[in-house]
Amino acid sequence: MPTENEAAEPILEVEDLSVDYLTDRGAVRAVDGVNFTLGPGEFLGVVGESGCGKSTLLFAIAQLLAPPAEVGGGRVIFRGQSLVGLTDRELAAVRWKDLSVVMQSAMNALNPVKSIGAQFKDAMRTHGVRSGREIAERSAEVLHMVGIDPIHLKSYPHQLSGGMRQRSMIAMAMLFTPDLVIMDEPTSALDVVAQRSLMVQIKELQQQLGFAIIFVTHDMSLVSHFSDRLMVMYAGQVAEAGATRKVFDAPRHPYSEGLLDAFPSIRGPKVALTGIPGRPPDLARPPAGCRFAPRCPKVMDRCTETAPELYLVDAVDVRCLLYDGSSEDD
Amino acid sequence: MAMMRAPVGPDDAGAPDAALVAALPTGGGRRRSAALGRLGRAIRSNHKATAGTVILVLFILVAIFPWAIAHDSPNAEVYRRSVGPSMAHLFGTTAYGQDLFAQAVWGTRQVLIIAFGAGLASTALAVLIGVAAAYLGGVWDGVLNLLTDLLLVIPLFPLLIVIAAYVHNSGTLVLIAVLTLTGWSYTARQLRAQALSLRHRDFLEAARVRGERSLYIIVVEIIPTMTSLIVASFLTNALYAVLFASSLQFIGLGDPNSTSWGTMLYWAENNEALQTGQYLWAVIPGALIALLGTAFALLNYAFDEIGNPALRPVRRRKRVRRAH
Amino acid sequence: MTEATATEPVLRTEGLTKHFKVGGTLSRRTLHAVDDVSLAIGEREIVALAGESGSGKSTIARLLATLYRPTSGQIFFRGQPIAGHRSRATTLDYTGQVPMVFQDPFSSINPVFRISHGILRSLKLHRPDLSARQRQDEAERVFEAVGLTPGHEMLQRYPYELSGGQRQRVGFAQALATRPKLILADEPVSMLDVSIRVGLLNLMAQLRDTEGVSFLYITHDLASARYVADRLMVMYAGQIAETGPIEEVLARPKHPYTQLLLTAVPDPRAPLDVSAQAEVGEPPKVIDPQPGCRFRWRCPLAIEPCQTETPPLRELLPRHQAACHVARADEEVRAFG
Repeated sequence: MPTENEAAEPILEVEDLSVDYLTDRGAVRAVDGVNFTLGPGEFLGVVGESGCGKSTLLFAIAQLLAPPAEVGGGRVIFRGQSLVGLTDRELAAVRWKDLSVVMQSAMNALNPVKSIGAQFKDAMRTHGVRSGREIAERSAEVLHMVGIDPIHLKSYPHQLSGGMRQRSMIAMAMLFTPDLVIMDEPTSALDVVAQRSLMVQIKELQQQLGFAIIFVTHDMSLVSHFSDRLMVMYAGQVAEAGATRKVFDAPRHPYSEGLLDAFPSIRGPKVALTGIPGRPPDLARPPAGCRFAPRCPKVMDRCTETAPELYLVDAVDVRCLLYDGSSEDD
Repeated sequence: MAMMRAPVGPDDAGAPDAALVAALPTGGGRRRSAALGRLGRAIRSNHKATAGTVILVLFILVAIFPWAIAHDSPNAEVYRRSVGPSMAHLFGTTAYGQDLFAQAVWGTRQVLIIAFGAGLASTALAVLIGVAAAYLGGVWDGVLNLLTDLLLVIPLFPLLIVIAAYVHNSGTLVLIAVLTLTGWSYTARQLRAQALSLRHRDFLEAARVRGERSLYIIVVEIIPTMTSLIVASFLTNALYAVLFASSLQFIGLGDPNSTSWGTMLYWAENNEALQTGQYLWAVIPGALIALLGTAFALLNYAFDEIGNPALRPVRRRKRVRRAH
Repeated sequence: MTEATATEPVLRTEGLTKHFKVGGTLSRRTLHAVDDVSLAIGEREIVALAGESGSGKSTIARLLATLYRPTSGQIFFRGQPIAGHRSRATTLDYTGQVPMVFQDPFSSINPVFRISHGILRSLKLHRPDLSARQRQDEAERVFEAVGLTPGHEMLQRYPYELSGGQRQRVGFAQALATRPKLILADEPVSMLDVSIRVGLLNLMAQLRDTEGVSFLYITHDLASARYVADRLMVMYAGQIAETGPIEEVLARPKHPYTQLLLTAVPDPRAPLDVSAQAEVGEPPKVIDPQPGCRFRWRCPLAIEPCQTETPPLRELLPRHQAACHVARADEEVRAFG
């Protein structure tokens, strides 16, 4: 997959990754053959709606999958080392130091009975930082980085506002200045002003410290202003992927197009919108052809029979038969 | 309230709902058989449920048809005394010449009546008090809570002894009544806690906005959604009824002339069965009580797992290589 | 598109206030969830009530739905105060005419019953004149009106068989069944996928046009408010900050908070102003507030009166009101953006 950072060693290579959920009805493939490469300092936005597999993908990369979910195939290579199949002990060396994760809701991820400072201390102790002074200094430093007064090291999560809690989560992820930070909808529990504030903060931190980000969200408009590349997922597969501006200004996949169009505009002329009526397919019984065909405004006859591959169009990967190179009959 | 946006995760986030519906008999006739079918499958697939159900069903059959299994009369003191197990007397005989096997079989009936009777009654009481306290809140919650806590704090067994001694020598019905009035508090607490967590669910507010009365909301909208906890409460209460009833009978506060496992223990103790080598007389009723208790406990665990898929044991499955 | 006319509005409030006690039983502190809100919603119009968490917008919905009792102030339905409702019949009549649609599609329907349960109960309570057969027919009609077709088949389903969007339509159907004048929609699309939201917003506009129902559309998303609403009310910390015809307010926002909200709304088609933004704080918890503008701590233009006098809602342009000491009718006073 084309990246803008071809020269440098990629931080992350995901090759043909698939994730299955083992249910009574058999294995359900929630993520199907996802490929991408992430260079150092790149910001990748993974966008999709309910059931598209984006969160599952994230968990698979971070090796956080728990039964009944398991990796069904493919590889995750982080800084040249394959992550799948590592033991917990080997993973612990990587976790947080080189790769950290920011979860969706701080109230769920932070320990409610420990102060923020105590949780930072836990994290640092686990990774071998013993000196109390070092811990205190670093804790204050990361809080400062996210714009929180270090006096809040003594505060408990419930004493902080939603925005501040998310920021402390991000601060915690910054403790060891990792190379890659994975974020699962970190702003969705926030109000729009706090959301914007947090995004700006994240972008600033990234430019300052140089880490790569994988940012999973359902809000395409939000991430589009901050990401270098965008990956749109639908029904467990990559529908479209490429440089943000390219995907945004001229979406090729009918789903991306429909998704963009589904956002009413706050400025500019008022237009009647239709959204994308229907619902995603049942992944326990995926359809034979293109998974988006039942809802696609540009569907052709062969779409229900042939499953499209990813086709490269103007440096953007598109999973749509409109771009498979054969002439359009209808 | 946190500002939540579109839900993350598979669209069929109603999966827990499916399990819930599977475990319930529903209002619509057409669905009733489907729900029972699902329940049957759930029981068969969960090992604890299967084991518990099998044991319980066996006991129920024995209780309903004791004459089909034991041909001797349980109380007739006609046999040779203190005989060991043999073909004629599967468990041997008591010091009074009664057939132990017959006693055990016929005793099942009383035990199960107490288990189900006290179990159902105390559960009904617990549901009413617990859910009402949670939903009504305020002063009502305070009063009912106080009552519940009072009973929880008083040590149950001594209380039972005092009450049973007072109404000495009355039969099964009194035993059930006593167990019910003292046994509802523990599960009432649990039910109240769950009802509290459900109190602010939108569909209850929707019912309120619709104009429904409080009693309707409690009975029709809340209680059916708590079915798995109510069933679990019943199983807990039934188990404790068996244990406490047998204990009371063991110390002589039941009717010593009735036929029940607890009274068997009483008579065994009276005749120093263990010291005089008549082991089966003491062990058999104890083992049966334990077995019935185990059945209830297994079903309790199983219901938890059926109702909440997150609790299910994770089985390691072999990798399924999918052909691409 | 219509505006509130000179005739009696469908729903009107005067000085609506709701305080909650906070702290322990002995505490005298109160949380001012809603303070002195006077609003009006007319026939056949969609009014958007926008604000962030803690703004009081959900509390207003619950006050209007009679789930809460106001601490003070009045609510008038078609000119009559609803506080005068004594009998069950009159309260039922009101809740039938002013029903509510809830935010969370996964918890707003009882999971153990079929989805026909709520709507049939509603019909039974509010339209007792109908026979069982008629109730069934009406339920089917209303389901089809909200796009759940075929009606009789959908009615037999269980909630877990429906998607989030479909469940929200069930909510609208239940509200419609009682032939309401005004539907209180509390963030009806916030928890739905983006591709589905527009469908429901279109449904709201269509119900306004064909069934003549008004809506109070409560939301935190100004873009969706613009798409569907005729008028906009912006709330902050329990009070109304600004109100007016929606295009007018969005084009010429007078209150600094409205301006702040507008800069924060991401529009995929327009480049976002990513210039370094100083931390602009969060909405306050309004516990025992002093007089003065509640936005003053976050407002770059705060002046002396802002600290001591609560700004009243005053009309700056025709039908366009703002509660701000600094805002001017004639010129553009920009705090943000």
